[in-house]
Amino acid sequence: MRVPVIETESLARSFGPVRAVDGLTFQVREGEVFGLLGPNGAGKTTTVRLLNGVLRPSGGRARVLGLDPAQDGCRLRQQTGVLTETPSLYERLTARENLALFGALYAIPEPDLSRRVARMLEEFGLADRADDRVGEFSKGMKQRLALARALLHEPPLLFLDEPTAGLDPEASRQVTEMIARLSRREGRTVLLCTHHLSEAQRLCDRVAVMDRGRLLALGTLEELSRSLGTGLQVGIGLQAPLPDTAVAALRRLSSIGDIRYTSLQLQVSVADEEAVPAVVETLVREGARILSVVPRQPSLEEVYFTIRRVAQDASCATEAIP
Amino acid sequence: MNGRTLRTIAVKDLKEVLQNRAAWIPALVVPLIFIIVLPLGIILAPSLMQSMSPLTAPTGPVGMMRERIPALAAELAGLDERQTWVVLMTGYFFAPFILIFPLMFSTIVASESFAGERERKTIEALLYTPASDGELFLGKALAAFVPAVVLTWVSFLVYGVVVNGAGWSVMGRFWFPPASWWPLMLWVAPAVAALGVAATVLISARVRTFMEAYQTSASLVLLVLALVAGQITGVLYLSPAIALAVGLALWLIDGVLIGLGVRTFRREALLVK
Ligand SMILES: Nc1ncnc2c1ncn2[C@@H]1O[C@H](COP(=O)(O)OP(=O)(O)O)[C@@H](O)[C@H]1O
Ligand SMILES: [Mg+2]
Repeated sequence: MRVPVIETESLARSFGPVRAVDGLTFQVREGEVFGLLGPNGAGKTTTVRLLNGVLRPSGGRARVLGLDPAQDGCRLRQQTGVLTETPSLYERLTARENLALFGALYAIPEPDLSRRVARMLEEFGLADRADDRVGEFSKGMKQRLALARALLHEPPLLFLDEPTAGLDPEASRQVTEMIARLSRREGRTVLLCTHHLSEAQRLCDRVAVMDRGRLLALGTLEELSRSLGTGLQVGIGLQAPLPDTAVAALRRLSSIGDIRYTSLQLQVSVADEEAVPAVVETLVREGARILSVVPRQPSLEEVYFTIRRVAQDASCATEAIP
Repeated sequence: MNGRTLRTIAVKDLKEVLQNRAAWIPALVVPLIFIIVLPLGIILAPSLMQSMSPLTAPTGPVGMMRERIPALAAELAGLDERQTWVVLMTGYFFAPFILIFPLMFSTIVASESFAGERERKTIEALLYTPASDGELFLGKALAAFVPAVVLTWVSFLVYGVVVNGAGWSVMGRFWFPPASWWPLMLWVAPAVAALGVAATVLISARVRTFMEAYQTSASLVLLVLALVAGQITGVLYLSPAIALAVGLALWLIDGVLIGLGVRTFRREALLVK
């Protein structure tokens, strides 16, 4: 197995009494889009800073691209691109000046620099505004420029911190599509921080759910839903109302969760696909007239809120112990 | 240390400051008053007065100063009343005042580029670049130091032209600058600029806004005013030898502060809290 691109062990950072990151252990593999999910204040931005050697950890260890961010920050940052939470562009300078400035800091050779800058401006749809001051740009344009800046030096590892926060739906969709294209096309490893679940669902191969600096869960959407028992939702369309005995018969099956029944719609949650034929068989035996059977993965949103609820229950339980 | 990185950071900071007119226009007005309006007033005023003798008579204030500072007496020897007035005011009293310039210029730019950049939340992307902590520190420090020294020298040049030009009818020759100005401009002024930068950087890490940083570091002006007071009362006459010594003391302080800055400066200090 290949060495992970990012590897942390009990990584921690406190600000005074606040434990912003509190014992994170996870790995990010080469080429995957890894989501860091959590509400505001969960510690996502602090994690990105720690992984780039911008902040020093107060505990634990991290290795990113084989380097220790706290020791080899400069060498590491040469190979990472970061889209910061606020675009942090120089608004008094033009788009071209902004990119050229960062290109120089990323040690792009002088002869290539202006060509590379022009190409990025073109690629991100900013060529016609290249020599305007960034202060006059819309939020979406600023975000695209910030993304261009993060990619200018072609880093193998990309960090995106809330890439669509504060954008209108149209700009947000554009940025999301751009990111999808980037990760597919060039096979870059991406760590994406977000509290937009639909964005994570669309882009991420695996997600880690964080809250108050701690990791609550980690895995692919399927792994998470299986481990949480959220399983598969099966929607069954009926031609006629169910006979009374049908629901009771379903409940007798093993590997069946919630059942919701409203007139001609039946919602059954099951552990996995294996359980679906048995459900259909039972219903048919009980005289149900089935029109459609649609198994559906739970959305990340459902999984996420289940994870948060489980975590809260657990923390209530531990607090209750004297 | 990478030269291109230092230059890039410094040039970017300067471009930004130049765009912030509210910061530097007041910083230009003060010097313009000092190097043009005041010297013109001083040189032209005597022609409106009847006689200078109450000021320059042996029992007057100038006479007392001559007595207390032999070096000054030597410089003033053989000058008539009006010549004494011009040399004393523009060549002697003003000398330490000019040291306000390097201080003012350097603290404005340094406050902008350390506290101001953090305040505008533009610093974060810079912190994610490969530039090392030392390079960030020095690049930003250079952006404040170099222009402060250059602007001070330009002011010196303009002042020289004004003083020599306006005083021509009185003095009849190029008399400015007196020897004591050279060490002041070439040795002490850069030391003062460096002091302004080092102090501002240390202060910027502890305050939140550009204004707080600028106002706190501007209190260093007291130091310059102490030199002015020393010069006027004759307690500390800034002869070349004294100026060299004062400059040396300042450079030593600079060395300690800058060393401290380079060693303790962490990019964390620039993060928004
Ligand atoms: N530089 C800082 N100084 C003090 N506290 C901080 C700093 N950065 C973050 N925090 C605190 O750490 C916690 C996590 O913040 P952050 O990493 O920004 O979360 P997220 O990005 O998930 O919203 C918050 O409680 C925040 O107030
Ligand atoms: Mg954040």
